[in-house]
Amino acid sequence: MRKNWIGIPALMILLLLPSLSVAQGVDEILTPVAGEQLEEPDPGLDVPGIVTVLDKDNDAGDQLVVSFEPPENTAGVFAYNVYRRVAGAEGEDSWTLAEIIPVIEPTEFIDGFDPEFPIEPGVLYEYRIASATLDGEEFFGPVFEAGAVSVGEIYHTGKTRILIASLLFILLIFYYFGRAQRGIKMYMRPIAGIEAIDEAIGRATEMGKPILYVPGISSIADVATIASLTILGRVAKKIALYQTPLIVPNRDPIVFTVAEEVVKQAYLEAGRPDAYDPDSVFFLTTSQFAYVAGVNGMMMREKPATNFYLGMFYAESLLLAETGSLSGAIQIAGTDAVTQLPFFITTCDYTLIGEELYAASAYLGREPKQIGALKGQDACKGIIMGFITLALIFGIIDVVANTHILDWLRALVTSPIIE
Amino acid sequence: MYETIGIWVGALFTLAIYSFLYKENPIYRLAEHLVVGISAGYGMAITYQITVKPRLIDPLLSGDHWILLIPGILGLLYITRFIPRISWLSRYPIGFYMGTAMGVGFPLTMKANVLRQVEGAMVPLYQSGMPWYEVLGNSVMILGTLAALIYFFFSKPHKGLFFGTGSKIGIWVIMLGFGATFGFTVMGRISLLIGRIQYLLGDWLHVID
Repeated sequence: MRKNWIGIPALMILLLLPSLSVAQGVDEILTPVAGEQLEEPDPGLDVPGIVTVLDKDNDAGDQLVVSFEPPENTAGVFAYNVYRRVAGAEGEDSWTLAEIIPVIEPTEFIDGFDPEFPIEPGVLYEYRIASATLDGEEFFGPVFEAGAVSVGEIYHTGKTRILIASLLFILLIFYYFGRAQRGIKMYMRPIAGIEAIDEAIGRATEMGKPILYVPGISSIADVATIASLTILGRVAKKIALYQTPLIVPNRDPIVFTVAEEVVKQAYLEAGRPDAYDPDSVFFLTTSQFAYVAGVNGMMMREKPATNFYLGMFYAESLLLAETGSLSGAIQIAGTDAVTQLPFFITTCDYTLIGEELYAASAYLGREPKQIGALKGQDACKGIIMGFITLALIFGIIDVVANTHILDWLRALVTSPIIE
Repeated sequence: MYETIGIWVGALFTLAIYSFLYKENPIYRLAEHLVVGISAGYGMAITYQITVKPRLIDPLLSGDHWILLIPGILGLLYITRFIPRISWLSRYPIGFYMGTAMGVGFPLTMKANVLRQVEGAMVPLYQSGMPWYEVLGNSVMILGTLAALIYFFFSKPHKGLFFGTGSKIGIWVIMLGFGATFGFTVMGRISLLIGRIQYLLGDWLHVID
């Protein structure tokens, strides 16, 4: 009986403790007494401290470096929700959730990456950060005005190496370009896949069947697509001369527009604008596998004698090439997609590997300018090989003489992943 | 109810597309034309909803961002393709887009495909404490990279010790790399097939859980 009288005030103290701790702003972890149901204590999470905002260097005036002091006690904190608004704005609606940082991550981030909520140059912002629980409940810290506004820079100092390398490569290409224009003969080694293009067009002509040309499924921004469209021009010119039917299905609307212009121009240059069929180049769909279904259906119905797959390809490469193989067509593929090249190599008669695709245009055209550019690219490869060979030698010297000259050489080409 | 209909439609279309494995047939043709047509229409609606409306129409209607009129007009110039007399105007947005893409892409390509690759290949063959397999790996990587680069020289005949032997080793290295990629990708494709079979046997026929 006496024990019960002692237990009642003890229980009352235990029940009062959570509310006291909240009132005092102190987090205390209470150990529940076995067998007794306690009310769920209000977590009253500790909130982050001072927020520091700095302008980010080498940007377009659209990024700020935001850092904050994490709370002393992170118990119960799942993440920090960083809110931002233009300084002076009022009301809860004015706040934008700029970033969610998991509690284990560093408490510094670059604000302005999300294009939905951009940082405007020269605008002063305010920040407040909330400690958030796993359930999404937020406990806000004070509001801080940014110590800086975002200012853009004209020159990105972190990209000097890229500039130098680009200038060097461009100069080399222009040098050989000039040599080729002066009539200096340049050798080009034969590439089987490119030499087979004429043979493939001839085969289709003899059989009286169409030629299918797939310019990849990427956008016009892809180098492989541009190379493909250049080759399409050359191929279409020969097709125009032989009057062989051509089928060019497109996945990208802009690539379709360019492909149409290229084919039309090729027929014009071949002196056969009347032979151009406006329905030969067409848009199919933007959906990757729906495009494959459509092209595969065409292959089996139209039975083209020759299939060209030149450009950028993804998972559809094997589906296309395997169906083309079943239809009995001669197939020439070319891409710089490393993951798709093995599929083309196994299913196509000829495959242009990586840079061979870019070189194909020069091979087909035999124009001095393009041959010069090809020679220039070879010179660039020579420089790259020189650097790797030097690194090999310097690495050996480092081991033998206990020096660090390899690090110095590496620093010349080192470029951070994110500047 | 709607979920059941969706599962049945999905399963029947899966079988219709698989019927192509036997041969090209009217059922495949039906599925092919439906998927091409629906995806084209759906793509257009999605483009309007996630790009044209929120990024162009809404900001313009809000009265701000008048600068968006420039890309808006450039985009509209595409439609001139339907009017033969002024269809040449559609070349302006194409030229603008290609030029911008190349300009933005050039330094990125130089960094990602040249400088960072060169940096990655500049590793020491040996350092104190380095295990033998790392020494072997580094040697294969450096010599393999050099040989593969030799293969891609177009202006030199692949003859002699340097270009002849180098390019032969290079193509071996490239093919070995492709072999590894092939196996890796096939594994991914088989997992896709397993997913589809699970859908047919589980979600549709309830033969498996």
